[in-house]
Amino acid sequence: MRDNNISSRKLKNAVFHGIVLGATGFGIVALILLLMQVFRTGLMWLDWDFILSMPSRFPEKAGILSALAGSIWTIGLTILFSLPLGIGTAIYLEEYSNKKSWYNKLLQLNISNLAGVPSIVYGMLGLALFVRFLNFERSILSGALTLTLLIMPVIIVASQEAIKSVPNTLRQGSLALGVTKWQTITGVVLPYALPGILTGSILAISRAMGEAAPLIMVGAAGYVAFLPSGPMDSFTVLPIQIFNWTSRPQAEFQNIASAGIIVLMILLLSANAVAIILRNKYQNRMD
Amino acid sequence: MDIKMKIENLNFFYGELQALKDINIEIESKKITALIGPSGCGKSTFITSLNRMSDLIEGTKVEGKITLDGEDIHNSEVDVIELRKQVGMLFQKPNPFPKSIYDNVIYGPKRYGGKRKVELDEVVEKSLRGAALWDEVKDKLHQSALMLSGGQQQRLCIARCLAAQPEVLLMDEPTSALDPLSTLKIEELFDELKKNYTIIIVTHSMQQAARISDNTAFFLNGELIEFGKTTSLYMKPVNSLTEEYITGRFG
Amino acid sequence: MRTLHKSKNKYNLKESIIVKILYVFASISILTTIAIVVTLLEETIVFFREVSIIEFFTSTKWTPTLRPQNFGVLPLLTGTMMIAVGSCIVALPMGLGSAIYLSEYAPKNVRKTVKPILEILAGIPSIVYGFFALTFITPLLKTILPETQVFNAASASIAMGIMIIPMVASLSEDAMMAVPDSIRQAAYALGSTRQEVALKIVVPATLSSIGAAFVLAFSRAIGETMIVAIAAGQSPVFTLNPLDSIQTMTGFMVNISLGDIQQGTIEYKTVFAVAALLFAITFVMNMTAKAIVNRYKEEY
Repeated sequence: MRDNNISSRKLKNAVFHGIVLGATGFGIVALILLLMQVFRTGLMWLDWDFILSMPSRFPEKAGILSALAGSIWTIGLTILFSLPLGIGTAIYLEEYSNKKSWYNKLLQLNISNLAGVPSIVYGMLGLALFVRFLNFERSILSGALTLTLLIMPVIIVASQEAIKSVPNTLRQGSLALGVTKWQTITGVVLPYALPGILTGSILAISRAMGEAAPLIMVGAAGYVAFLPSGPMDSFTVLPIQIFNWTSRPQAEFQNIASAGIIVLMILLLSANAVAIILRNKYQNRMD
Repeated sequence: MDIKMKIENLNFFYGELQALKDINIEIESKKITALIGPSGCGKSTFITSLNRMSDLIEGTKVEGKITLDGEDIHNSEVDVIELRKQVGMLFQKPNPFPKSIYDNVIYGPKRYGGKRKVELDEVVEKSLRGAALWDEVKDKLHQSALMLSGGQQQRLCIARCLAAQPEVLLMDEPTSALDPLSTLKIEELFDELKKNYTIIIVTHSMQQAARISDNTAFFLNGELIEFGKTTSLYMKPVNSLTEEYITGRFG
Repeated sequence: MRTLHKSKNKYNLKESIIVKILYVFASISILTTIAIVVTLLEETIVFFREVSIIEFFTSTKWTPTLRPQNFGVLPLLTGTMMIAVGSCIVALPMGLGSAIYLSEYAPKNVRKTVKPILEILAGIPSIVYGFFALTFITPLLKTILPETQVFNAASASIAMGIMIIPMVASLSEDAMMAVPDSIRQAAYALGSTRQEVALKIVVPATLSSIGAAFVLAFSRAIGETMIVAIAAGQSPVFTLNPLDSIQTMTGFMVNISLGDIQQGTIEYKTVFAVAALLFAITFVMNMTAKAIVNRYKEEY
């Protein structure tokens, strides 16, 4: 009787082990299928011509040059705006503001709320604020500012975590030497927190690189056959170009869409690789 | 007797809690003053109020007067940054910055400004020699400070203080995290240091206080129980509480 | 003897300027929220001057760009909810299962390789999932259920579910890892199996975090755009059949923006009204998740 009980409990455990293993496997299998689908349909179409050509009505002639250039412009500006704003806010919250003040609590609550706002809502904000109200038109600048607001909460939270991890003894050691608070921040706090800040920021920027919805709202075009020459030019980006091709019925357009996806994913993976390399480099320097 | 710092009627509060009660001490110039007493007696609070590091803790309040060379350090004209340059501080656990040995030493001078590279090199050598560390690290100045042993790290922190050209050195149990050999090395260093600097040291070890200090102050429950020449305080304490403490009956 | 008060003003000025700049930076996040609320409300109020709020919330016809115009948001709401529920049907069991496996069963080295692989799923742009849904999941569904339409809610839901798995998994796993090992050891010492420890100790102890993860996942699915824009269709019909083409709130917003809608027209305002509704729903859900976590904070 007792033995029966034990063996049935063991069986239950084995079945449950199988179930949770299966659940984990589901995600991994889905990832593999997704990558296979993309490579199977797109790899044949990916060559230098594809990267160096403008979009076209004919799939075999179409390329992603203008979308690639648009993405680089937009992301470049987004980095330029979002890093100082995000890291600066984190420094203010962690090093300067009074943690117990109502304003600080409001800021903190507000930031975590902003992180949960759907990206398309940021697109509406960008449309109303940058495109119409500030009259930046449907430009790279409007797109970059919209993406900046979108990823700022992520950068702020990651930077805050990194700054929190700096041991207080280092701050005290620096302040006791008679240097100013800002010198302490630039001298010991930021160097120590840098790997964490970089990792979080690069993840946020990769997210911006893959976003299409907010930029569609801001009015990035689906078809751009010229290279942008400045931040006030109209533009498209890789994800929107991919979207545009995906929504066409012909099979060839599906193929170049997945070729575009491969390019986008290579960019994202390189960004993540850079994050890992930077983190390792700085960590080595510190130990 | 040459007085470097003078503390008059010092009261210190953490919110409602009074951590120091009416402290009066005169710190002799170029001598070592040891602060002893059981943990929680206020000796660490006392030492952090001397370079106003205690300002950094929220909700604290200071009453009374502390002077450095006759100047009130709480005077509104006083620059706390300048105060901390002149009154250096060493912490319980060595806290070198995660930078090279060289960068640790010049951390202060580089930020005070106005020094050229050659001068900084001089500062590094002079400060490391002052902390009796030069011979051990002169060939690896650009290696990370975190590679050093605990005792070496603490001497590096001393060198880092010296580079700021202070006049007073505050030390909060500087050897409590070190092994006996490293402790000995730092104690030997004190004789050299006191030729040029006024030293105030908090210690948990009465033996250490007896070995190194000229004057000793005994704290208990936020009050200064007894203060005097170390030899006389240990040989014939005036207060019975002091006697009980140094004979090890409590604490 | 040196004086204590030299050079005071020089760097004090610099420091105070820096603090002011940082303060302005920090305030931008507050301004962002205010700007979102103001811009959405502004157009939404104008919208409701022209469209009855009762029609908006009760009519089952949504044809803002066709004559006669109908402004019943219910088809968009049901479409959105169907997608959200559908993706949670995929993401919650799979995410929770992965979390239990990683925290209770997986050896350390397996955990160290599997976790980053799952995290890749979270880093893939949603547009890629949309492509995957349209070109892989839909044809697969069609071979099983031939009545499946080219654009349908089910395939978008499955793709979105896969995308949200890592979110559910990592939020739940973080909570599970925080359960002290001493509690597990005590149960093992009494002869419990891993399954009993997982289901009778770890999951109940972390129920609030798991709940919050579910709510956040749901909210995320409601606000997700590109997958539904690509794979779910553009038909705002009042249906509950997952094999039908539908339209979500986000799908509608994208669809309108791709067309040539002039500012000031009722169609333009419609987008803001839908966006305001979307913002309100996700806001309430995110606050709920936060409240759950705060209310039932696990203490060990």
